[in-house]
Amino acid sequence: MNSLAFSRDRLLIAGLAVVLVAALVAPNWMRFLLQVSMSAGLVALGVMLQMRLGLVSFGQGLYYCIGGYTAAMLAVFAGITDIVALAIAGTVVAGLVAFVAGFLMRRYRGIFFAMLSLALSMILYGVLVKARALGSTDGFNIHHLSLLGFSLQGEAKQMATYSLTIVCVLASVMASRRYLSSSVGTVAEAIRENELRVEYLGSSAQLLVHYTYVLAALISGLGGVLFALAIGHVDPLMVYWSTSGQFVFVALLSGTVSVVAPLIGMLLLEVVRMYAMALSPNTWQIILGTVMLAVIIFIPKGLFSVIMPQNRGGKS
Amino acid sequence: MIVATAVVLDALTYAGWLFLAAVGLTLIYGVMRILNMAHGGFYAFGAYTAAWGVGALTTAGFPAAASFLVLFGAAILVGVVCGLLVERGFLRFMYGRDEVLMVLVTYALFLIMEDLAKLIWGTDPYFAFQPYLYFGTVEVNGLPYQVYDLLFIALALLVGAGLWWGINRTRLGMLMQVVIENREVAMAMGINVARIFTVTFVIGTMLGALGGALTAPKISVNPGIGVEVIVLSFAVVVIGGLGSMAGSIVGALIVGFVRALSVHFFPEFEVFVVYLVMAAILSVRPHGLFAQKEGRKI
Repeated sequence: MNSLAFSRDRLLIAGLAVVLVAALVAPNWMRFLLQVSMSAGLVALGVMLQMRLGLVSFGQGLYYCIGGYTAAMLAVFAGITDIVALAIAGTVVAGLVAFVAGFLMRRYRGIFFAMLSLALSMILYGVLVKARALGSTDGFNIHHLSLLGFSLQGEAKQMATYSLTIVCVLASVMASRRYLSSSVGTVAEAIRENELRVEYLGSSAQLLVHYTYVLAALISGLGGVLFALAIGHVDPLMVYWSTSGQFVFVALLSGTVSVVAPLIGMLLLEVVRMYAMALSPNTWQIILGTVMLAVIIFIPKGLFSVIMPQNRGGKS
Repeated sequence: MIVATAVVLDALTYAGWLFLAAVGLTLIYGVMRILNMAHGGFYAFGAYTAAWGVGALTTAGFPAAASFLVLFGAAILVGVVCGLLVERGFLRFMYGRDEVLMVLVTYALFLIMEDLAKLIWGTDPYFAFQPYLYFGTVEVNGLPYQVYDLLFIALALLVGAGLWWGINRTRLGMLMQVVIENREVAMAMGINVARIFTVTFVIGTMLGALGGALTAPKISVNPGIGVEVIVLSFAVVVIGGLGSMAGSIVGALIVGFVRALSVHFFPEFEVFVVYLVMAAILSVRPHGLFAQKEGRKI
């Protein structure tokens, strides 16, 4: 896949920007739904970036959770309530953790990568569940937020965090697009196809995996912060395997054709979940599993590949 | 002295449990090259069937001894029914596909099984403690210990020996080895690979369900017990080397001892010490202790 395939994304990103900005005047519940699903959608975008390398991260919730908890802990225990500062801090911490963990992860491919990422996320889950000071399984609330020294309350808080979400989502999407159309991103596809040949041609596959891993973590961490700010609460469920599984689900569904697809996919998932959970809460995973099987069997390149067929012939 | 005894016994019983839970995973991977995430689902189904059966039996007034039949019966039932359904119904259409894709497929199956368990058995916990208390305790070196826990060691040895015998001394086992060595040549030689796959998968499923069924008396069986097993089993199996039977024994022992030591001396590390060991071993031997080096695809 070359930069041409992503040029169409410009239109989609512009469309996304228009929708997000227009939602500023939408009813509260609609804006909230957008805010939550765009935040979580960033994590799905992180999973998708790694999927282009042929790597499936079953534990992307790790960075989602690190971002969210970093922001929440700073806000509650350190008294840093500025939402922009929190967003930066959560993203940076997630990136740092990924940088260190990347030295281990970059050596693995395939099922090893998948299970190791799952194991890493389960460690954090185990630690958080035991951490009494952080509310164990209940997590804790973020009560107070501010922006540039102004305390944020009620409507203003929602507007401010939503605006921040718009800015961050658009920035992440554009950064991902740039990354994918850069030479580094182009090699990603080659790594998935045949890593050894890439090495013969003089690129370091491990280094590229490490880059992508950290980038995905940065974006996921940011998503975690935005999610925590949106609902004003964090709990260990953010790093539970089923949460990570949902990100994989969305990334699989959206395929690797477009950087906007994971965000749209997450929005659809949230809408469907809203109704499915109300109708029958115990069959939600059956629905997810069945759809996942159907996508794998019938449309292996993701739903989005049907809507946005690629011009290029042959195997992508 | 008491502490040392406790550590050793805890380590061995835990290792026995780990081996039972993990060996099915490594067997299926070794023969079929599928990392079966649904293994956790089989484990949970085994546990639920056993707990439900023991409860029904006790209510009907049967003696507690009969409940042991239920434990093994549950494993066989779940193994045959679920194993056949999953293998014949889904997996056989996807052989030869990418390993990662198979992880996603089995993950989807696992999701479905999690909810099916909730639909069949509800979300309330099940207790089936009767078999656990049946044998009472025995004093080992001055330390009273549950006999049921000790039985895990014996059973793990039995299952391990049985598998070794089955793989090395029976016709079916030999055929399995041929399939592991080279699937295509095996096919060309007239071996019915599809049937070997089905049998392997059912046996692997049975072992996973057995792990769950035997654990059911020790715990409260509730939704979500399956996922921990996948991650732990994977840790065990990967320490030894995926697909290696000896590896899974060594992996279980290492994890068992490390965990027992941490429980007794550093309880706060218990949750992640297993993964720490896994990471340490993998950073020295990237594919586990007993893994054979695979040729690189050019």
